[in-house]
Amino acid sequence: MTALIDILASAGLWAAVLRIATPLILGTLGALLCERSGVLNLGIEGIMTFGAMIGWLAVYNGADLWTGLLVAAFAGGIFGVLHSLLTVTLGLSQHVSGLGVTLFASSFSYYVFRLLVPVADTPPTIEPFQPIAIPTLSSLPFVGPAFFTQTAPTYLAILIAILLAYLLLRTPVGLAIRMVGENPHAAEAQGINPMAVRYGSVIAGSALMATGGAFLTLSAFNSFFPTMVQGRGWICIALVVFASWRPERALLGALLFAFFDAFQLRLQTALSGVVPYQIFLMIPYILSIAALAVMARRARVPQALMQPYRRGER
Amino acid sequence: MRFERREHRPLALVIATPILAIIGALAIAGMLIAMAGAPVLTAYWKILTGAFGSRLSTTETLIRATPLILTGLAAAVAFRARLWNIGAEGQFYFGAIAAAAASAHLVGGWPSLLQIPVLFVFGALAGMALLLVPLWLRLRFSVDEVVTTLLLNFVVILFVSMLIDGVLKDPAAFGWPQSEAVADAARLPKLIARSRVHIGLVIAILLAVTMHVVQSRTVFGLQSRAAGLNPAGAIFSGVPLGRTLVIVAMISGGFAGLAGAIEVMGVKGYVTTDLSPGYGYSGIVVAMLANLNPLGVVLAALFTAVMFVGADGMSRSMGIPTYIADVTVALSLISMLIAVFFTQYRIRR
Repeated sequence: MTALIDILASAGLWAAVLRIATPLILGTLGALLCERSGVLNLGIEGIMTFGAMIGWLAVYNGADLWTGLLVAAFAGGIFGVLHSLLTVTLGLSQHVSGLGVTLFASSFSYYVFRLLVPVADTPPTIEPFQPIAIPTLSSLPFVGPAFFTQTAPTYLAILIAILLAYLLLRTPVGLAIRMVGENPHAAEAQGINPMAVRYGSVIAGSALMATGGAFLTLSAFNSFFPTMVQGRGWICIALVVFASWRPERALLGALLFAFFDAFQLRLQTALSGVVPYQIFLMIPYILSIAALAVMARRARVPQALMQPYRRGER
Repeated sequence: MRFERREHRPLALVIATPILAIIGALAIAGMLIAMAGAPVLTAYWKILTGAFGSRLSTTETLIRATPLILTGLAAAVAFRARLWNIGAEGQFYFGAIAAAAASAHLVGGWPSLLQIPVLFVFGALAGMALLLVPLWLRLRFSVDEVVTTLLLNFVVILFVSMLIDGVLKDPAAFGWPQSEAVADAARLPKLIARSRVHIGLVIAILLAVTMHVVQSRTVFGLQSRAAGLNPAGAIFSGVPLGRTLVIVAMISGGFAGLAGAIEVMGVKGYVTTDLSPGYGYSGIVVAMLANLNPLGVVLAALFTAVMFVGADGMSRSMGIPTYIADVTVALSLISMLIAVFFTQYRIRR
């Protein structure tokens, strides 16, 4: 019991929560933006993988870290165009298209990585983002080291969450996105182009996903290896439902989720040898399924989610 | 530019669709090979000879195709009813470990003729069991089964990894995490002498034919298609939607679990966490390439197996990463989706 309290009272745990949450915040916001416009983007797992790879590769080849993040976001946007072509222009099954994008983006990432980075015993590394101590706040006891000595992309992710919440809920653009996600025919009658809104949302959302992936290689770790995204994309898709398609709740959901993940990591070290480590690794996935089951009923799904829009066709 | 639904689909177009899709995918993959600085046509030739060039490579291709037929059927059956079972990878592992555990601890002494079918049942049941929770969540709370089945894949593979590092660990494996081996009596008979091709291939093809008959000639087949095409309409015309989906899910999970059991009994003999190079996920591509037709699944599985086995050989001799096979297979899924769309719609200016 004291061991549990020790874990909870360590600033390291809370610092880890924010670190683990960052890719989830970005991925969940990206998926949420797509879904609010009516497009489910299951390409997320592959897009995060590609973002992780291409961002890392850019920095490995001499770009600075921020350029790496931008390259990842841009590449994510291109996959967003691909997903939009399939699901918005052609109106194909969003499930299958998304899985296709994931399969393609992840295998393409591995292909490019293997092609351009020579095989070595120790994986090549880059110099990742360093923690920034926010003046005065970081010198507060406990709270300082826990929350105010993160890397820049973590602060950025929280800022993006706030901005996206404002954009979606308080601006005309956000209203247009939500309208298209609820009823594209009504939106069109108001002079909004549903196709353009969906394209924009999916491209921007995919860029966010890829940035989340790039955080893994540019801040959380310093190298890229296949399967490193480890289902984080699917967890984000579950978090969107958990957040009931609301950006501010997505932020909280990702933090809550990251808390459990950071906690299990520490519990794992405390209980090593007693309980198989695989049990702890299962927890995030099982939690996601549980979160889906609990929230699915209460969540307000965008009414036009997964319905292709074709002009003049109902 | 807009799209207009075609009144009828010419048969020639339907047959040409997957071929055009594969050509499209190969063309894009060709650009990636060229990007790597290798001669494209030579690379394709090496893929073909890598898959069929010798007796060894041909049999290897057939071995690879076997689990792909089964996971392809698992996806095809489910997708036809719009039940998005993406959990075939986990079901594959669960079926494999169930068969291995049952053979090592339960029925290992039984004669082949009895033991093999019993282990098949164990494998299939294990695959089915994994769909129970996603199915319940879907029917009771309308939770999207795509996400739940995907997430379960990770849980199951960790669970299998725990078993083969714990209670089911083979003490004779020098500390490597691998399961105890299946009994000799549980090893599948060879189909071709002096090769690794086992009767699993015949079983998979027979099941594909059976599924074709079931889907095209039985009431259940009609009901499952109706459930996929128009759930509301299906209920209105008296289709028991819930029951149909449960049966579809059990067939789908059963196929994927059986694939795992057959793989462990036919090829490796024991379970490790690299038993499947993504057979569950490739099954989705196989099903879509086959346009969800069970007989087409056999051909699509063969194509996918050719890509994987052929790319292995090609990559060794030309220095192109083997991932080119995964890229090509994923691209063929995307181009198949587009090609199918154009059999249903035409462009109107």
